[in-house]
Amino acid sequence: MEEVPQGCPGTGSAQAGRGASCQGCPNQRLCASGAGAAPDPAIEEIKEKMKTVKHKILVLSGKGGVGKSTFSAHLAHGLAEDENTQVALLDIDICGPSIPKIMGLEGEQVHQSGSGWSPVFVEDNLGVMSVGFLLSSPDDAVIWRGPKKNGMIKQFLRDVDWGEVDYLIVDTPPGTSDEHLSAVQYLSAAHIDGAVIITTPQEVSLQDVRKEINFCHKVKLPIIGVVENMSVFICPKCKKETQIFPPTTGGAEVMCQDLKIPLLGKVPLDPHIGKSCDKGQSFLMDAPDSPATFAYRSIIQRIQEFCGHHPPKEEHFLSS
Amino acid sequence: MEAAVGVRHIILVLSGKGGVGKSTISTELALALRHAGKKVGILDVDLCGPSIPRMLRAQGRAVHQCDSGWVPVFVDQEQSISLMSVGFLLESPDEAVVWRGPKKNALIKQFVADVAWGQLDYLVVDTPPGTSDEHMAAVEALRPYSPLGALVVTTPQAVSVGDVRRELTFCRKTGLQVVGVVENMSGFVCPHCAECTNVFSRGGGEVLASLAGVPFLGSVPLDPELTRSLEEGQDFIRDFPKSPAFPALFSIAQKVMSEAPARLS
Repeated sequence: MEEVPQGCPGTGSAQAGRGASCQGCPNQRLCASGAGAAPDPAIEEIKEKMKTVKHKILVLSGKGGVGKSTFSAHLAHGLAEDENTQVALLDIDICGPSIPKIMGLEGEQVHQSGSGWSPVFVEDNLGVMSVGFLLSSPDDAVIWRGPKKNGMIKQFLRDVDWGEVDYLIVDTPPGTSDEHLSAVQYLSAAHIDGAVIITTPQEVSLQDVRKEINFCHKVKLPIIGVVENMSVFICPKCKKETQIFPPTTGGAEVMCQDLKIPLLGKVPLDPHIGKSCDKGQSFLMDAPDSPATFAYRSIIQRIQEFCGHHPPKEEHFLSS
Repeated sequence: MEAAVGVRHIILVLSGKGGVGKSTISTELALALRHAGKKVGILDVDLCGPSIPRMLRAQGRAVHQCDSGWVPVFVDQEQSISLMSVGFLLESPDEAVVWRGPKKNALIKQFVADVAWGQLDYLVVDTPPGTSDEHMAAVEALRPYSPLGALVVTTPQAVSVGDVRRELTFCRKTGLQVVGVVENMSGFVCPHCAECTNVFSRGGGEVLASLAGVPFLGSVPLDPELTRSLEEGQDFIRDFPKSPAFPALFSIAQKVMSEAPARLS
C-alpha cells in the first residue's frame, strides 16, 4: 500500500514531483519540471465566457444509473417551459453521452461559427452540447484516457457560444475523477451555484453518494441538495406501492439528516419516464399528471429558489 | 509477475452504462460459480465506487502481504471466493478516491500483478461504467494472462443500449472476446397483483446481442429481495432459489461455464 502515491502533494505545490510520495508516480517528471504549477490560462478564458451565464448547476452522483442524465434533461425541460428563461444543457459524460438521445437530438451535429461552437437547440431557449454530437456513428466508442477527456471538457466550456443564458446545467458521468475535477477546476473562477446530487434509496448508491458529497466538500462546491430517484414503484394495474430498491439504511432521508444536507425531493419510479427518455421527449409533457412529474416540478422550484437566494457574485470563494 | 498465472478463465464484466448491475451480476455470477464447485476470485477495479466488499459482507477487512504479494480477502470460511477491491484500502467507507487517470492505472496494474490469486477457475473482474482509464488499464494488465473474455451488461432501455454499443466497440478494438450479453432489470412482477411491468422499457438486451453478433445469455428481472440481499451481504443464490431472478442468474452462470472455455480458447 506504500507504493500507491496516496500522499500526492498536489501538482501545484512546491513539493510536486519532489516529495517522497512522488517516487514511482507516472507524472513525477512532469510535476518536477514545474509544469503543473502555472495556472491554466483557460480558467480565465472560461471565466470571461461564463459572464453571460447567470446560474451554473452541476448534476452529480458518484453512483451510476441513478438518473443524473434523466434528471438533468428534465431540469432543463422544466426551466425552459418559461420561454423567457434561457437554458443550456452541457453533457460532460464523454464515454457515455446519453443526453442527445434523452433530448431527442440523436444524429445532430455541431456547427462552428465565428464565435465558437454552436449548441444544438431543442427549443429556441434550450441549447444542448454533448460529445455525442461529435461522433459519427452510434457505435463509436470514446476510448480516451483522462488528459484527453479533460481537454474536451475545457473546449466545451471555453469554445461553445452559449450566448445569454439564465441556467447552465452540467450533466456529469458517475464517479469522482477527471471529469469532475476538470469541471470544477475550469469553472473555478466563474462561480458554480452548486451541485444537485442524485441517488436511489439503496445503501449501495448512498455509499457512493457519500463519497461524492465528500468530494464536494473537498473542492468547496456548495451542495444545493439531494434528489432521491426511483423512490417507490406504483403498479400501473393495482396502484399499490412497492419499494423495488429498498432503503435498507433509511434512504436519502436519513443520509441527508446525518450529513445536514437538504433533501430536495423524492421521485417515484414511473415506467413512462424510461419510455419518454427512449423517445427523446419530455416526460413532464408526456405525463403531466404523474406523481413523478409533481415531484420533479417541486424539486425544480426549490432549485430555482436556491439560485435566487444565492445570486452570482463578482468575486467568489472557490479556490482555483 | 506470476500473480495471475494460476487463473484458468478471466471474465471482465463491462457495461458502458452506469447502474445496470455490473457489480450485482459480478457478485451473483461468482456465487453461482462457487455453488457449482468452482474456485472464484473477484477483482473490483471500480476505484471511485467500489461496491463489492459490501455485497459480500467484507467491508472493513484488512489486506495482508505475503511473499508472493498482497493476499486477497476471502469472503467465506471455505476460502472459495477471494476478493480484491480499493474498498479495502480506504480508511473510511465515505472516503472519496478522487484520482485522475494515471494514479488509477497504477493501482489497477498493482491489483493484477501484485495480488497472489493462487489457483482459480474463474477471475471475475468488475469494472466501473465507461470506456476509459480503468478499462484500458485492466485489459492491458490482464492480457498476458489469457484467456480473457467479456460479459456485457445492459438494461432493456434504448438509452442503455446506446451506451453499451460503444462498450462493444471497445471490446472489438481491444481484442476482447465477448462471451455474451446479459439484460438486467428486465421487468418487475408486482408482489400484490402479479402484473409484470417493464419498468425500464423492453427488448434492449436482445437488440444489443444481435447488433454485435454475440450470444444473448439471458434476462434477469427486478427483484427487491435480490437488492436487499446484496445490501446486506447475503448469499442470494443460497437464500432465494425461489426468486424470479434465480433461474436467470443460474442459467447465465451455466452458459458462462459451458461457453467460456470454447469461446476463449
